[in-house]
Amino acid sequence: MFLKLSLRAVFLGAGGGNDIQWCFSQVKGAVDDDVAEADIISTVEFNHSGELLATGDKGGRVVIFQQEQENKTQTHSRGEYNVYSTFQSHEPEFDYLKSLEIEEKINKIRWLPQKNAAQFLLSTNDKTIKLWKISERDKRPEGYNLKEEDGRYRDPTTVTTLRVPVFRPMDLMVEASPRRIFANAHTYHINSISINSDYETYLSADDLRINLWHLEITDRSFNIVDIKPANMEELTEVITAAEFHPNSCNTFVYSSSKGTIRLCDMRASALCDRHSKLFEEPEDPSNRSFFSEIISSISDVKFSHSGRYMMTRDYLSVKIWDLNMENRPVETYQVHEYLRSKLCSLYENDCIFDKFECCWNGSDSVVMTGSYNNFFRMFDRNTKRDITLEASRENNKPRTVLKPRKVCASGKRKKDEISVDSLDFNKKILHTAWHPKENIIAVATTNNLYIFQDKVN
Amino acid sequence: MAGAAGPGRVPGAAGGDGDDSLYPIAVLIDELRNEDVQLRLNSIKKLSTIALALGVERTRTELLPFLTDTIYDEDEVLLALAEQLGNFTVLVGGPDFAHCLLPPLESLATVEETVVRDKAVESLRQISQEHTPVALEAHFVPLVKRLASGDWFTSRTSACGLFSVCYPRASSTVKAEIRQHFCSLCSDDTPMVRRAAASKLGEFAKVLELESVKNEIVPLFTNLASDEQDSVRLLAVEACVSIAQLLSQNDLETLVMPTLRQAAEDKSWRVRYMVADKFSELQKAVGPEITQNDLVPAFQNLLKDCEAEVRAAAAHKVKELCENLPVDGRETIIMNHILPFVKELVSDSNQHVKSALASVIMGLSTILGKENTIEHLLPLFLAQLKDECPEVRLNIISNLDCVNEVIGIRQLSQSLLPAIVELAEDAKWRVRLAIIEYMPLLAGQLGVEFFDEKLNSLCMAWLVDHVYAIREAATNNLMKLVEKFGADWAQNTIVPKVLGMANDPNYLHRMTTLFCINALSEACGQEITTKQMLPIVLKMAGDQVANVRFNVAKSLQKIGPILDSSALHVEVKPVLQKLGQDEDMDVKYFAQEAINVLALA
Repeated sequence: MFLKLSLRAVFLGAGGGNDIQWCFSQVKGAVDDDVAEADIISTVEFNHSGELLATGDKGGRVVIFQQEQENKTQTHSRGEYNVYSTFQSHEPEFDYLKSLEIEEKINKIRWLPQKNAAQFLLSTNDKTIKLWKISERDKRPEGYNLKEEDGRYRDPTTVTTLRVPVFRPMDLMVEASPRRIFANAHTYHINSISINSDYETYLSADDLRINLWHLEITDRSFNIVDIKPANMEELTEVITAAEFHPNSCNTFVYSSSKGTIRLCDMRASALCDRHSKLFEEPEDPSNRSFFSEIISSISDVKFSHSGRYMMTRDYLSVKIWDLNMENRPVETYQVHEYLRSKLCSLYENDCIFDKFECCWNGSDSVVMTGSYNNFFRMFDRNTKRDITLEASRENNKPRTVLKPRKVCASGKRKKDEISVDSLDFNKKILHTAWHPKENIIAVATTNNLYIFQDKVN
Repeated sequence: MAGAAGPGRVPGAAGGDGDDSLYPIAVLIDELRNEDVQLRLNSIKKLSTIALALGVERTRTELLPFLTDTIYDEDEVLLALAEQLGNFTVLVGGPDFAHCLLPPLESLATVEETVVRDKAVESLRQISQEHTPVALEAHFVPLVKRLASGDWFTSRTSACGLFSVCYPRASSTVKAEIRQHFCSLCSDDTPMVRRAAASKLGEFAKVLELESVKNEIVPLFTNLASDEQDSVRLLAVEACVSIAQLLSQNDLETLVMPTLRQAAEDKSWRVRYMVADKFSELQKAVGPEITQNDLVPAFQNLLKDCEAEVRAAAAHKVKELCENLPVDGRETIIMNHILPFVKELVSDSNQHVKSALASVIMGLSTILGKENTIEHLLPLFLAQLKDECPEVRLNIISNLDCVNEVIGIRQLSQSLLPAIVELAEDAKWRVRLAIIEYMPLLAGQLGVEFFDEKLNSLCMAWLVDHVYAIREAATNNLMKLVEKFGADWAQNTIVPKVLGMANDPNYLHRMTTLFCINALSEACGQEITTKQMLPIVLKMAGDQVANVRFNVAKSLQKIGPILDSSALHVEVKPVLQKLGQDEDMDVKYFAQEAINVLALA
């Protein structure tokens, strides 16, 4: 409790109700425009302290960045994130029984609460979830009886006493080792994993089912939600995302392609087919069109840190729901309303099916989500002010304040405004993450990871 | 040999000036850091050999510091290490030096792998007993405190398991500190630690003074039982059993029962499940009076719980609950307070609940006696025998012996038969397999007449089932039946039918004849084997299918020892010799094998 209060005080002190000025901090990844498919970033996630930042890519790799200890001489610059460990989490596979290729793309990464000096994370592709341990080693054993350190054998006649090896300091080595592999439980593609606040279970969701796992048991999982109809032709909706409540271990939510969110209570019964709450906003008949159903599909759902609210992202908006009010969201923010007139072409180039994610800041007062043209949006829930920023290499001098961007919806274009027609729909920001305690954000463009932070005076 | 090992060559053994006995130890020590996990594991398992060679002094000053730092290793190596260290006291110089083993075990008690931590805790518990009281307070208790206030929850969870071993031997001031530490772990921030504390609460309570149990453990128990996380609350149910055993009936009523009542009605089905699952233990712990006043009503609720998992767990306990009621008034309680709810479960919507009930319900007949069984239980048995779910029917059939003792099986036979026939013809072969396995039992209970009349044809039909596992089980079944009913019965009812199959156009059925002969010959004895079976087997040596022919060879090898030597030499030998010249390789092989085994060469 004390921690949360003091945290909030820090935020209020820093923001003071004024908007944060965001500065460029770092950019990771190749500079050239020629993007290798394997390098496309597919997920971004800070750990619980914010000291580590993990990204996953289409090539099945996980890259972990570590925040450097604060530099005493440069008080105004917070520690930069540098590569801590890189490892191949998933490999491409082939399911011979179903003649299906299984991509190595990392769909989600989730950090476990820290349990000892090592760090643990779960990473998943479409089918298989893996538990990784990332640990440091700074000592190595020295001294053999029968050979030299370089491997040459000693003359055994010279061995007259026994030597016990001793550990000597060495350069720091970071190792990533797979600890558990949770496989063969999903028929469809896994879209979410979420760790329970009981620290021992997690859920994994695919298009039609949600399974509950114990973190130490790989050969069995329990099916807790199954929306697969007996006849697949009657299929009308799929699960798009699922998450556990941050502190109530029996509660989880899942969102659907129909724009609804169901909240389930695992105390009520073993199989959570019957939800205990259904969050749904009645559709505005005036906005009804051929695309209504597609754009109402929820691409991400996230509980606030406090556990009181949840945020959902659909194609055009971000909605904040109070868990105690099911019939409508308490706040709705338009992300790129100007695209409503462009839905037809967005449907033709498949962009309408892009799955934008969203995230909360550490104090739940600001939310962030991505858009096209490498723009990303932030909405301040208290001041109701919103801002559009761009992740670009153009002004990548450290501590350069990012200029707000504006898209002109129609008619006359003012100076500094960008017309809707000149937006680049190939440059999209799907994945963003916010440091759990500080104003540091990580924004993934196609194959680059941008890190921004607030201007410290 | 001296100096023979050139560069790059693994030396064979130490010689010359070197000490011969050092060489194997040197290898073991070097392999402690080999790249191959298997070799490291091997060395760790022989750690006592290494320690013995090093002597107690060097083990303490060199080996243990090395082992303390090896926590980076694979889990299986760490697990073996944790286990070894539990028996290491002698190797470090006896109880006076037992505390030297604490540092490596302390670091093992903080690793992330639960099995390793648990093993380290187990070894620490073992070693604690070897500490002198002074050493315990000087070394062991500080270790427990360090773990209990560790930064990461892994160390705090490990600490939970160590309180109960050091408490009884500590001085009263230290005892108070230990209680204080345990108390704070019970309200730890992380559910992992609260769960560990809850699971050790009962064990800790047992070593505490009664006053402390009442004043300190009971409040902790009450708190854990109302924890916000149901994964913690459900562990408090287990602690309830241990705590209840320590308290008087009065204290029990005021201190524990409110919590237990609350657990039985918990909002979370997992907690209620735990109450159902631990019901017999709870019943024994609280005694007959509270059982009758509190547990029986609670049990009624569990039997009609809205969650099937809970009902199934409760259904499993029906028999045990009834058995453990005091004999005085037992019948009345069961008839009035349990049976009405059991009746409901017979037509439950969930098949796991019904099958759980079916696995124990027959046991009630011995408790209730003949009249009640006929009047009240029999209709339930009959209803379950007609259940749509095969598992329910199977569970009833597999427990027939309980009823047989009380009312005799005749009462059931009218309903039994259709149930058996239906299971025998079930589309799922595993169901058919299960019922075959009960045939010898049924045959014993129903008697030879009933069997011949109704069940014999089923047993024969299984011999030609299209699934091999069924044909195989049917063959074994025949053997058991013959053991039960005798050779005469076999000769009249089974053997003719089995032998008749030798002319079947399907070679798989012809082979079944051979398999049956293999199984039956011993039980049927020499005469039947020689006069009836042998001619058929010999005739089949001319079968056109090679698989049949080599099975003839195998059968002859099997029944050979039962035959007399003239039949063996006059009839079997020529046939085997002929098969020995067969064009098929396998036939030749098995014929030759039979000739060798029967010594006919």
